[in-house]
Amino acid sequence: MTVQPHSLLRLRGIGKTYVAPVLQDVDLEFHEGEVLGLAGENGAGKSTLSRIVGGLLAATSGTMEFLGDGYKPANRREAEHLGVRMVLQELSLVSTLSIAENLFLDALPRRFGLLDRQTLHERARPLMARVGLDGLDPGVPVGQLGIGQQQMVEIARGLIGQCRLLILDEPSAMLTDRETELLFAQINQLRDQGVSLVYISHRLDEIKRLADRIAILRDGRLVEVRAASEMQVDDIVRAMVGREVGNALDLADRSIGGPILEVRNLSRGHAVRDVSFSLRQGEILGFAGLVGSGRTELMRLLFGADHRDSGEVLLEGLPFNPRSPRQAVQAGIAMITEDRKEQGLLLPLAISTNVTLANLASVSTAGWIDQSAEVSVAGRLIDELKVRCRGGRQAVKELSGGNQQKVVLARWLYRDCEVLLLDEPTRGIDIGARYEIYGLLAALSRRGKSLIVISSDLRELMLLCDRISVMSAGRLVATFERGAWDQDAILTAAFSGHLQTTSQELA
Amino acid sequence: MVPSATSHSTPLTSRPRMGQLTRYFGLLGVLVAMCALFGVLSEHFLTMASFSTIANQIPALAVMAVGMTFVLIIGGIDLSVGSVLAFSGAVMSVAIVQWELGLFPGIILALATGILCGAFTGAISVSFKIPSFIVSLGMLEMARGGAYSATGSRTEYIGGNISMINDPLIGKISPAFLLAVAIVVLGHILLNRTVFGRHLIGIGTNEEAMRLAGINTHPPKIVVFMLMGLLSAIGALFQVARMEAADPNAGAGMELSVIAAVVIGGTSLMGGRGSVLASFFGVLIIAVLESGLAQIGASEPTKRIITGIVIITAVVLDMYRSRRANRE
Ligand SMILES: Nc1ncnc2c1ncn2[C@@H]1O[C@H](COP(=O)(O)OP(=O)(O)OP(=O)(O)O)[C@@H](O)[C@H]1O
Ligand SMILES: [Mg+2]
Repeated sequence: MTVQPHSLLRLRGIGKTYVAPVLQDVDLEFHEGEVLGLAGENGAGKSTLSRIVGGLLAATSGTMEFLGDGYKPANRREAEHLGVRMVLQELSLVSTLSIAENLFLDALPRRFGLLDRQTLHERARPLMARVGLDGLDPGVPVGQLGIGQQQMVEIARGLIGQCRLLILDEPSAMLTDRETELLFAQINQLRDQGVSLVYISHRLDEIKRLADRIAILRDGRLVEVRAASEMQVDDIVRAMVGREVGNALDLADRSIGGPILEVRNLSRGHAVRDVSFSLRQGEILGFAGLVGSGRTELMRLLFGADHRDSGEVLLEGLPFNPRSPRQAVQAGIAMITEDRKEQGLLLPLAISTNVTLANLASVSTAGWIDQSAEVSVAGRLIDELKVRCRGGRQAVKELSGGNQQKVVLARWLYRDCEVLLLDEPTRGIDIGARYEIYGLLAALSRRGKSLIVISSDLRELMLLCDRISVMSAGRLVATFERGAWDQDAILTAAFSGHLQTTSQELA
Repeated sequence: MVPSATSHSTPLTSRPRMGQLTRYFGLLGVLVAMCALFGVLSEHFLTMASFSTIANQIPALAVMAVGMTFVLIIGGIDLSVGSVLAFSGAVMSVAIVQWELGLFPGIILALATGILCGAFTGAISVSFKIPSFIVSLGMLEMARGGAYSATGSRTEYIGGNISMINDPLIGKISPAFLLAVAIVVLGHILLNRTVFGRHLIGIGTNEEAMRLAGINTHPPKIVVFMLMGLLSAIGALFQVARMEAADPNAGAGMELSVIAAVVIGGTSLMGGRGSVLASFFGVLIIAVLESGLAQIGASEPTKRIITGIVIITAVVLDMYRSRRANRE
């Protein structure tokens, strides 16, 4: 450290209590021109802390000082006025409005009282280019984008205007390496401009790489604040969890059978083009690709959420053309959606309601729900997945992001389908729980279940999968067997389709 | 992970239920306060006579509020209920008086008419993805037209034995009142204890998430509108029995009272949140308000202004309550 860092914001004794305390006695300083990495298990209080700083939540106790003055924002707007901005863990875009409108929602340019679309789009374009969305029309409704792209829009929105402190709450959870690199470039640029940044992530290698200082929360308390140079990833994990975490995965003792799901020349618009592959019984098949490469679209076709234009699917040798997710589920296919907030959870309802939703028949007789059976099912899964909550009747919206993800997983584990399509199954889940979930997935495959796993985290796929297929611009461009893959080859394949389309478009 | 229910105990909190209970107590408090207020303002209000008048008005409103609670919970709205009531009543009178089919076939036809109207609204709005607000607005006109053409725009006297539904049974309580209370209880159980009710709440909360959980969301939605139609027809039965006649103008504007009662009970217009029992309290509040205002001799304009104020205050208070619960 050459110069003494300049303190921007200081927290003293910050605490937050709902029914029980979730944050206690946090003293922390944010310095100008510095990235503070914030780590902690699911439910440790990271989002709560950042929401307090960002003005979305009032602390129960403690004080904050911004450049020496008292700081107590009543709402997000007030915080933003001082240049404190944040990118929330859950997307908060308006899906019917365009990218440009979402970016400038607070200050839409007007001419004679009417929306000035031209100026709006002109302002949006450079901003979109900064996060690698330059290929898109700023007038496209956000709802039509994939969730990764939506995340980039959300990040771009955080970059607008004068910004002195930027909190990024798990911005990379849905991003692949390419988008993450763009994000990092923006972060480094902001840091050089003297902005103070807080970076929250469960990808600890990212924190290690990016952060100048690392702060660690455990059970709502700050247990460690140190220079990043003094901490290795293992140290971070130990401080987070308070013990060693196993990072071995036992994939032995599985027998992989014949093909259970065969996909031939499946197409839908530009999103999925002529995709063929087969999934074998008991196999874990990974799907890699960039954000927007068509992986989610492909799974939605298999699950009956969308309809194919052409192509054929065989399930256990028989033609399979689900017209609705219901038919797919009845045929033994489950899909865990990447967007848990919009497409997965009933947020205001109880954990137990969410867990039994896809399998209500098992906790009811003649349409009559057995509430005690339901609660005990929920209790069992809460224990199995270590969901941090007060009990099965707690509303899902009160859970931390990672714990919400576990509820989505619990629902489909309970449904017990033969084929599981898992779209970003570990999104937002902390490192300890992540290995437990890998273990669960391995156990499923050991029992003969067949799994397709989409992940933006290539390391995750390489750890878990028997084969990895790579999609690029809607096409399945390569499939690698375990042992025959390497990261570079997969990345090259992931880019290949995009290069081709651009060169075609140029030609 | 065999889908079976093993006994297992995790600490439970009953916070959602506590929330419901405080809501019921709040509504009960409002009701008691209103009775006390009218009792002070008018010496006649706290008499048996005025209560039996109220009890007579309640049944139709109460059963329709049950249906409307379901409709609002799935995020819909049904504006046609008053007209469907009139149309069903008209069909009943025609069947009994002109076709001489007798009382029970007449009642069955009336109920069938209600169900068909609801099925039409539901099916069109669900399959063409048109907001139920618009489809039911169309149904409001169509059913009213049907009522006029069936009765030849005149009040059709049925007379005789239909009034038994409304004749006092025990003390001053009519079979209609008992039936209405039974329907409220059944509705409450249906919503809270059955798979169907669970599906409705889920659909109102996040329909896409329900679809992706492998649930076919269209049939329950249509069934809700059919139920609404059926309950409107039962409302017609109560009204016809009370007047011993079918009036083609019956139920005009009634959709607004029904929706007001349900909303006072705290059911959300955004869907996903609501309670049949609370709607019943809303019905009581509306009924007490109406008859109380009549008792103290309030003029029509004053009545309407006060009713409006009560509706808005109730909803604002409920918003305030739930928002505070959220922030805690
Ligand atoms: N409205 C609420 N009511 C009750 N408890 C809440 C509420 N909001 C959050 N909590 C609890 O506060 C704790 C901290 O949550 P927080 O979202 O800050 O965790 P996090 O560190 O961001 O976790 P994750 O990594 O999973 O995102 C959790 O145990 C959560 O259940
Ligand atoms: Mg969080």
